[in-house]
Amino acid sequence: MITLFPAGDSAMLIKAGNDISPETNYLVRQLLFALLKSSTPGIIEIVPAYNELMVYYDPTVINYKEVSGTIHDAEKQLSDVEIPAGRLLKIPVCYEDEYGPDLPFVASAVNLSIDEIVKSHTSQNYLVYMLGFAPGFPYLGGMDKRIACERKETPRIRIPAGSVGIAGEQTGIYSLDSPGGWQIIGWTPIPLFSPLAKNPFLLQQGDRIKFVAVSKDEILSVKNKIETGNYQLHIEMI
Amino acid sequence: MTVRKVKILKSGMLTSVQDSGRIGFQSSGMPVGGAMDNLSLRLANIVLGNTADAACLEVTLAGPEILFEKQTHFCICGAEMQAKLNDTPIENGKAIWAKKNDILKMSFASKGCRAYIAFSGGINVKPIMGSRSTFLAGKIGGFKGRQLKTGDVLTLGQITGKPMQKNLHDDLLNSIFSNKPIKILPGPEIKSFASDAIKKLLSGTFTLSPDSNRMGYRLTGEKISTKTNKKGIVSSPVPMGCIQIPPDGQPLLLMADRQTTGGYPRIAVAATIDLPRLAQIKPGDQLCFEEISLDEAQKFLQEREKIIREMIRNQ
Repeated sequence: MITLFPAGDSAMLIKAGNDISPETNYLVRQLLFALLKSSTPGIIEIVPAYNELMVYYDPTVINYKEVSGTIHDAEKQLSDVEIPAGRLLKIPVCYEDEYGPDLPFVASAVNLSIDEIVKSHTSQNYLVYMLGFAPGFPYLGGMDKRIACERKETPRIRIPAGSVGIAGEQTGIYSLDSPGGWQIIGWTPIPLFSPLAKNPFLLQQGDRIKFVAVSKDEILSVKNKIETGNYQLHIEMI
Repeated sequence: MTVRKVKILKSGMLTSVQDSGRIGFQSSGMPVGGAMDNLSLRLANIVLGNTADAACLEVTLAGPEILFEKQTHFCICGAEMQAKLNDTPIENGKAIWAKKNDILKMSFASKGCRAYIAFSGGINVKPIMGSRSTFLAGKIGGFKGRQLKTGDVLTLGQITGKPMQKNLHDDLLNSIFSNKPIKILPGPEIKSFASDAIKKLLSGTFTLSPDSNRMGYRLTGEKISTKTNKKGIVSSPVPMGCIQIPPDGQPLLLMADRQTTGGYPRIAVAATIDLPRLAQIKPGDQLCFEEISLDEAQKFLQEREKIIREMIRNQ
């Protein structure tokens, strides 16, 4: 059962559940596609998150009662909605030396060897629960709690795009150069955000990611191939 | 067909190309951005007969100096910055004819904080993801992804309409300067706050901190805390005008370049009708809030929209 809460006069928040789970997140996606299918005039944009969606609308076209009606109608159609097949993207990451500057710290903090951390980090299929914080930035779920590590006490001024990090029980990839406090354990040259491209964003909600450990030489070769337009990312439909 | 250009002789404090925002990519984490005061941007375009999505210059606190390399109409709306065309004072909200080599000079904002300069045909920069807005933090869009500098030359777009014959309604033009309380509605986490915390928000006076920008405003005043002292919520989407309470208890009011999602409890959301007024508040100014109902908030917008559409129709 979903609940609605007005978030001001031009947005309606839908709460699909109270927990963060793949099931609730799937319900969020079903609601998203049901609402997109309704293509109701006056609905401007729908933004899905972990367990909630925000429906942005133009109250000079459609009022909150009508928006609520559209949402409840969409809820009744969930079983008829087709959800695009999920994708599994294999992201090459170099965890070596300067590419993973905080690995030694994380290793001592969680009392595991560097190899064990890399093995754990590359063994999961992470779910992209949502995108937010920065363009193309994925909130990933499914990290092994054994490698959870608090953020750095003093954030770095600049973390390069492509840095793979750990913050508490979360793992993620920086999509833009930005300041940040995540423990950096690796780097990938795969761009998550290419503003000039036809499809600017690599990831979407519902995707799964697997990190693949590669050597320094290989990661530079991948970088070169990306720069010359000769790289094909491994994507499986699941 | 001649290419019409304007040259920036002085940049002003923060001048950037903005339109009505980058819509449709929030689900990928892309901020909407666009004009902080969308009403003034829209009015300046209406005065010139531009399309609604034409890009303008947003100028902040201290205005620029601009050389017209070709003749064109232009219009300023929003903050009053003692604008002069070759030393002759000009009024906001009017279509002004500039000849080749004329110079527009704007100085400090005497009223409001952000002015919008529209040119006939808009500013012709390449749209990125459907918008010409500059997203400063991401260095994307607008003119080279950045604020304008002395010496920059902007190309204007193709003229699509004629300037409006009649004057803008004064009350539309000046509604942004009212100092009445900002109207707010309860936010999704209102129940995380005790009634005295909500009372503090509604009865207190807050000051806009100098540490405020296009992403959001920090408000200083009485400390507001949640019932449980819970530090955050699960990341969730946030509209413009959303008032979040971070652990230090000082409200954060989200503006045009806000991130798409936030993690602090949302105590309230400002009414859309008052967002242009928020865009015109300067650091150091004081503000207070009053609650209105959702019905009233939507009625305000519907009434204003009716006035604007009638004005366009009857010009």
